[in-house]
Amino acid sequence: MSASTQAMQRDDVQNPGMLAAGQGEALWNAQPPGGGQSCASCHGDATASMKGVAARYPAFDEATRRPIDLQDRIRACNARRPGAPDMPHESEELVALSAYVGLQSRGTPTAPDPDPRLAPFRARGQALFERPIGQLNLSCAACHDARAGGRLAGALIPQGHPNGYPLYRLEWQGMGSLQRRLRNCMTGVRAEAPPFGAPDFVELELYLQSRAAPLAVETPAVRP
Amino acid sequence: MTAVSRRSALGIGAGALALVTVKPAAAQFVRKDGAATLEAIRAFTGGKEAAPGKIVMDIPPLVENGNSAPLKLDVPGLGDGVFVRRIGVFNEKNPLPETVTLHLGPRTAPRVQTRIRLADSQTITAIAELSDGTFHSATADVIVTLAACVEG
Amino acid sequence: MARALVNAPKTAKAGEMMEIKTLISHVMETGFRPGMDGRIKPRDIITEFACEYDGEVVFRAALHPATSANPYLAFETRATRSGPMKLTWRGDNGFEQTETVDITVE
Ligand code: HEC
Ligand code: HEC
Repeated sequence: MSASTQAMQRDDVQNPGMLAAGQGEALWNAQPPGGGQSCASCHGDATASMKGVAARYPAFDEATRRPIDLQDRIRACNARRPGAPDMPHESEELVALSAYVGLQSRGTPTAPDPDPRLAPFRARGQALFERPIGQLNLSCAACHDARAGGRLAGALIPQGHPNGYPLYRLEWQGMGSLQRRLRNCMTGVRAEAPPFGAPDFVELELYLQSRAAPLAVETPAVRP
Repeated sequence: MTAVSRRSALGIGAGALALVTVKPAAAQFVRKDGAATLEAIRAFTGGKEAAPGKIVMDIPPLVENGNSAPLKLDVPGLGDGVFVRRIGVFNEKNPLPETVTLHLGPRTAPRVQTRIRLADSQTITAIAELSDGTFHSATADVIVTLAACVEG
Repeated sequence: MARALVNAPKTAKAGEMMEIKTLISHVMETGFRPGMDGRIKPRDIITEFACEYDGEVVFRAALHPATSANPYLAFETRATRSGPMKLTWRGDNGFEQTETVDITVE
């Protein structure tokens, strides 16, 4: 990443991700259109209650006996509020709330959930990471382990860490989740990307998280 | 370069990988010659000559994504009582030559920062008009690299 | 209303330059880009930014489609008198937004 993109991330007034986080804060405190509970009604002040939370997601979800990522956790909470409209994946609202919750972990080291029930899912995520995909028959590892630091059509191949999401991407001219980023990598090698929220994505996220630990959370980051 | 197709396959490394890349959204239209740029500059200066120097333009020579390039302008060392009236920034290849026009004055420092779009690698020109009626220019060449792995 | 971030000093010494940084959420749709349906999306940009302080517009910027999405502008103006500083963005489709910062000059 260039010095200017880093500078854009570092200064909150220059970082457009902070506009999304600000929108997330407003949503956190707002009643849903039906007049039900706000996020704050149950969780109080996010700067206290959500501190460090994003750093340990995806986590084990007792209800589904599977890993759940932060966005789906927020969607589940939202769905329990009577009168609250659905928050689809990648919707402005969901991305904004995730950015705001993520911001409360900024600077906190990524801390994978040690629950042993997650181990098989994490192993599956690793297998997905190492499996060649798409017409180009490339695995995630082929770029992010073997060629990290190299260049691809002018773009620097990063190590492929998830600790800045959701983030502002210059190419998108907007915010996006980690899953949106992963879909870009999949279409990049001409592979069919699973739909948002698919179990494959959550397992990949789980593996990426353990691979990135203990890097500090950077949400909302800026990327080219 | 024209951006007729949103997709083009580029090789990387030793011919090992071919990958789907697309030009940034800003690259939909690329002007082929600078005639409109010269015209826009003439309109800004009223046909007066702009002398190279005095104004300093800071823009990275290599931009990771044409959707957003940081631009810094400064006119240091102005004489007593002289201030910058306007700074016009012009591009060579975007659909329109005007990039941004800044109106300053005696109460404002001659230093401004913003972010601009670049449809392609090109030369950027900044021209300052001082309160003494003189015009001063700076140019910078910027190379825009293609983004990889984008939504296609 | 669009979200905006403004960074300005709350207090300043008379005569010193104050740095004002502004960021506002806006798509800055260029008017040259096809949408999903292949048709050109109509232009929707902010066309003007102005900073009014102590009885005068001290800084103004005319924006074009070449300004990046979520426009960022940083400039410096001299502290003269205590009072409100009004930052206004105007644009296509009747876009207009004003943020006010109260400046105390010592
Ligand atoms: C009716 C009360 C209630 C409301 C309203 C609510 N939540 Fe929750 N939330 C909970 C409970 C209870 C948990 C604990 C986990 C569980 O049981 O699902 C939780 C867990 C969470 C977690 C995970 C915390 C952790 O430590 O793992 C996040 C993040 C979260 N909620 C975000 C939100 C957001 C964002 C909203 C608003 C859209 C919201 N919640 C609205 C009750 C609520
Ligand atoms: C052909 C090489 C290639 C392959 C294969 C690939 N990626 Fe990427 N990936 C990239 C490049 C290049 C970027 C950065 C693009 C940019 O920001 O301009 C990137 C970015 C990322 C990022 C974002 C990192 C950050 O700092 O924000 C993550 C996460 C990621 N990839 C994960 C994956 C996963 C998971 C897979 C497999 C499904 C994968 N990638 C496959 C090239 C690849």
